[in-house]
Amino acid sequence: MSRIGVFVCWCGENIARTVDVQQVVDSIAAVPGVRCAGHYKYMCSDPGQAMIREKIAAEKLDGVVVASCSPHMHLKTFRRAVNAAGLNPYLLEMANIREHCSWVHHDREQATAKALDLIRLSVAKVRFDRKLDPIRVPVTRRALVIGGGVAGIQAALDIADSGYEVVLVEREPSIGGKMAGLSETFPTLDCSQCILTPRMVEAGQHPRIRLYTYSEVESVDGFIGNFKATIRQKARYVDMTKCTGCGECAKVCPLKRNLSEFDYGMGMRPAIYTPFPQAVPARPVIDKKTCAKIIRNGCGLCEKKCAPGAIDFKDTDRMVEEQVGAIVVATGYQLYSIGRRQDSDKLRGYGEYGYGKYKDVIDSLQFERLVSASGPTNGELKRPSDGKIPQKVVFISCVGSRDNAKGLQYCSKICCMYTAKHTMLYKHKVHSGEAHVFYMDIRAGGKGYEEFVRRAIEQDGAKYYRGRVSKITEEGGKLIVRGADTLAGIPVTIEADLVVLAAAMRPSDGAAELAQKLNVGYDENGFLSESHPKLRPVETNAAGVFVCGACQAPKDIPESVAQASAAAAKVAVTFAASELTREPEIAHINEQTCAACFACVHTCPYHAVEKAEIRARSGALIKHTARVNPGLCMGCGTCVAVCPSKSADIEGFSEEEIYSMVEALA
Amino acid sequence: MNLGYYPGCALHGSSNDYEQSLRACLGALDVTLAEIDDWICCGATSAHSLNHKLAIALPARNLALAGRQGLDEMFAPCPMCSMQLLRAGQAMAADARLREEISSMVEAEVPNGPRVLNLIQVFQRIGLDKLKAAVKTPLKDLKPACYYGCLLVRPPTVVDFDDAEQPQSMEAIATALGAKPVEWGSRTECCGAGMTMAKTETVLELSGRILANAASHGANCLVVACPMCHVNLDMKQAEAAEFLRAKFDLPVYYLSDLVGMALGLSATKLGVDRHFVVVGGPN
Amino acid sequence: METTSGAEPAIPQVESLSGTRLSECYQCGKCTAGCPVAGRMDVPPTRLMRLLQLGDGDSALRANSIWQCVSCQTCTTRCPKRVDCAAVMDALRQLAFERGTLSPAERRTVLFQKAFLDNIRRHGRLGEIELIAAFKGAVFLRDRNLPFLFRDATLAPQLARRRKLHLVGEQVKDRGVVARIFARAVNGGAR
Repeated sequence: MSRIGVFVCWCGENIARTVDVQQVVDSIAAVPGVRCAGHYKYMCSDPGQAMIREKIAAEKLDGVVVASCSPHMHLKTFRRAVNAAGLNPYLLEMANIREHCSWVHHDREQATAKALDLIRLSVAKVRFDRKLDPIRVPVTRRALVIGGGVAGIQAALDIADSGYEVVLVEREPSIGGKMAGLSETFPTLDCSQCILTPRMVEAGQHPRIRLYTYSEVESVDGFIGNFKATIRQKARYVDMTKCTGCGECAKVCPLKRNLSEFDYGMGMRPAIYTPFPQAVPARPVIDKKTCAKIIRNGCGLCEKKCAPGAIDFKDTDRMVEEQVGAIVVATGYQLYSIGRRQDSDKLRGYGEYGYGKYKDVIDSLQFERLVSASGPTNGELKRPSDGKIPQKVVFISCVGSRDNAKGLQYCSKICCMYTAKHTMLYKHKVHSGEAHVFYMDIRAGGKGYEEFVRRAIEQDGAKYYRGRVSKITEEGGKLIVRGADTLAGIPVTIEADLVVLAAAMRPSDGAAELAQKLNVGYDENGFLSESHPKLRPVETNAAGVFVCGACQAPKDIPESVAQASAAAAKVAVTFAASELTREPEIAHINEQTCAACFACVHTCPYHAVEKAEIRARSGALIKHTARVNPGLCMGCGTCVAVCPSKSADIEGFSEEEIYSMVEALA
Repeated sequence: MNLGYYPGCALHGSSNDYEQSLRACLGALDVTLAEIDDWICCGATSAHSLNHKLAIALPARNLALAGRQGLDEMFAPCPMCSMQLLRAGQAMAADARLREEISSMVEAEVPNGPRVLNLIQVFQRIGLDKLKAAVKTPLKDLKPACYYGCLLVRPPTVVDFDDAEQPQSMEAIATALGAKPVEWGSRTECCGAGMTMAKTETVLELSGRILANAASHGANCLVVACPMCHVNLDMKQAEAAEFLRAKFDLPVYYLSDLVGMALGLSATKLGVDRHFVVVGGPN
Repeated sequence: METTSGAEPAIPQVESLSGTRLSECYQCGKCTAGCPVAGRMDVPPTRLMRLLQLGDGDSALRANSIWQCVSCQTCTTRCPKRVDCAAVMDALRQLAFERGTLSPAERRTVLFQKAFLDNIRRHGRLGEIELIAAFKGAVFLRDRNLPFLFRDATLAPQLARRRKLHLVGEQVKDRGVVARIFARAVNGGAR
């Protein structure tokens, strides 16, 4: 390559103040291979770009170096400019003489010398640049949504309404997630199921949504536009094509006393059950861990009772494959387990609160079920121990949150709001009751939130104490809660009938394992990692995989819904064209020299390298080789580093280019 | 079993009934106690209240003496002593310069050890199965409130024993001996500790509350593994009752009393007759 | 607002003695909530930590709180930020003793602790009767409180009956090393 054009930018005063642009231009013009060197005040502006295009045509340039700002700013700008002039956009290099030079140095002479060196490096590199074309990848315009809570449902509906098919996978027997179990939602005190179930029904009946409930994603292969998901449909032991949802089976089941998962242990359900009346689908499942027929071939009453003959004890787990082009993860949250048994060494639980020991110490979701109109006590707040209506309820915030010693360091965001809500729900049911809240701070930053909390205090009469609770003991049927009010500087002891602990929000069980299957990162707390916390909140670093809802971070319903729609929009962007283009600066393996040691296969963090065979036309095996999947490779260069035979290389950042830069400096 | 033994000042002072109980009970279980030669006071509350270096040096001297005697395990029946020994050991384990400084201060090389055991740990070491098998008189009339107090279980980062909030180790032993320990609320509440002389009212209030709670949960006695707790709950029981305008009739046993009685040893042999509150009212 | 006697600032000393960073306390109040004697303190533990955070070592050293504290370790055990509150109490006591800034109402407690240490220094192990005598004597000399002097006097025969009364305590053989340990601890300062 010998007709290189170098264009040095002043960037107003940003570069020119520290770097002597004229001197740089004069010096670089003298370097062999440099056909012409120019400068302009703002290379990225229209006149600047025009200058580049004119020079390419006039001087028949076969390589361009723009010495200006960071490629993060204007690489795309200059590639487009160069392309418009008929030159392959990958025959362009940028020398960063702003962020790497003029912005970090003061000495004009040294900065100028360094700028010149940086440009010489780029000149050396551009010589070895090759023409590259963007990689085109076909797109399957179907989406997979994992998780059927409010976020998953919203995302599925938005994608389906955009005209694409959605596969919605939910591991519980019904969609609805945590929101289906709530009583009323803040700040409107809407009945949670009343606002959610229309959406649930819509999702269940939408012609473009294929719903897999009681199912989990077993594995995902492939890459953006071309995923293959294997879904395990767990055995329901109920034939969905025959079952009418009449509910007779649950009525005759003799094993009625199993702790209900939907009621978080506050109620019971039979061995064959539909989790709640508004379930979608409204069909039961059989719990194989407790069903007498499945365990020891006894009972069988439901089978006898079922008129359409829908009970099928021979049912087994089934694997289904679905081809999709984009994935939305909406697996939601679970509450911190307050007792001593934890799934991580860093968490230690709270022995001092007696959760699990005292029946009347419950957590916030359990409270929701007790006050819910369709709950195990039909909305009457009967305390678990003796069924009496509590006259004094203590609500404790930050149980597990904001706790470096035994819990999680972060704030769970929603507890201040739902605790205020709980006091209001309680007072609305028990007018003469006393609601006491122990809090550390009140976090009420949403629309109408501050007003909502003040309403709880000023109108509904909730008493707020600023301080944590040290210990809860039980004396004579009452729970002795020992807390403090730091504003008054005194200990505060309350004898309560019921204590509700606002437990921390954690990502759902299994979220980390699922993330690994999808190559999505997650943080130390298990929350899935977004690409950028400010500007790319629903994308992940795995192309084609998006996140929304509480699996990404603690958040409330409005935020979950908003993120779900955002993720759906991103999916729509992905599906906008029938083909996706990817940057061609990816790895490739020289299959002639590849020794098939597969070190690259094992080290590639994106699983983008495959084992392949080269066969003769007769079918005889010539050799094994590694081969890069151009759809998955992210161009990180790990394979290049580990390859012992130097067969792996990166387009646009080849070994030849890198070494030429090193030699240019020497 | 041979154990190094650090009695501490209380057990050779007015809590010598605890030592009598220990020696009788452990003797019957074939445990020999090798007293640390020329041991000194651990410093108790006074040292850590008034002088930081002293609070480390005094226990450290005893660790050094134990080391000299070739002991890699020592039994400290008083939790104040055991906690101070553990805390000093931990501080020096984390800071080699401190170990050097303290070693020169106490004129003896302070080793990284020995292991310090409390009374409950000694029984756990013997083994609950063996204890159960050795029971001659199951304690079926006893409904003890097992009282741990503070320093057996706190701070958990130092003592690392049982569960700081809901301990069960004493109840396990009591149950193995045939007793029926009660579920009660003040198991790890403070009795007032070393304030018996200096702030008697604090002790009467705190110990009184503990006794009241034990009684209200149906206990007919208390079990402790600490000489200070014993003094506050036993010697001061009548005064605490007066202070709270209540009546208490709760014998306070050392854990070794319980084990000893189950093994068939007599009250006099164990020194139970030397308590202030015995079965049938104040002594 | 900082020092008392023009000596070094107290706050950094509190931090280094207790091995704790005061800024980590976020004033949640759990220490006060669980403290068995918080009701007897003029400045409960949370407020004490706040005064230290605000640089008011003076008020902290003069509070009766540190002498009401029974060192039960509940605060440290339950603190969600792993602030060693009990160690901060120790540090304040050590500094208050060293500087003589003692809450007037708590002089009695301090006299007891001091008498205890003097007793140990001389004998190596505690001589109980001598301690009680020294303590009561010191209090009487200051307060002229006769009832206090003779309170618990009836305890003596009760203890004697139970063979718990030792008129003379045990002495360690090597008392010299004990005296030297004390000398080094005191001369080197509390730190």
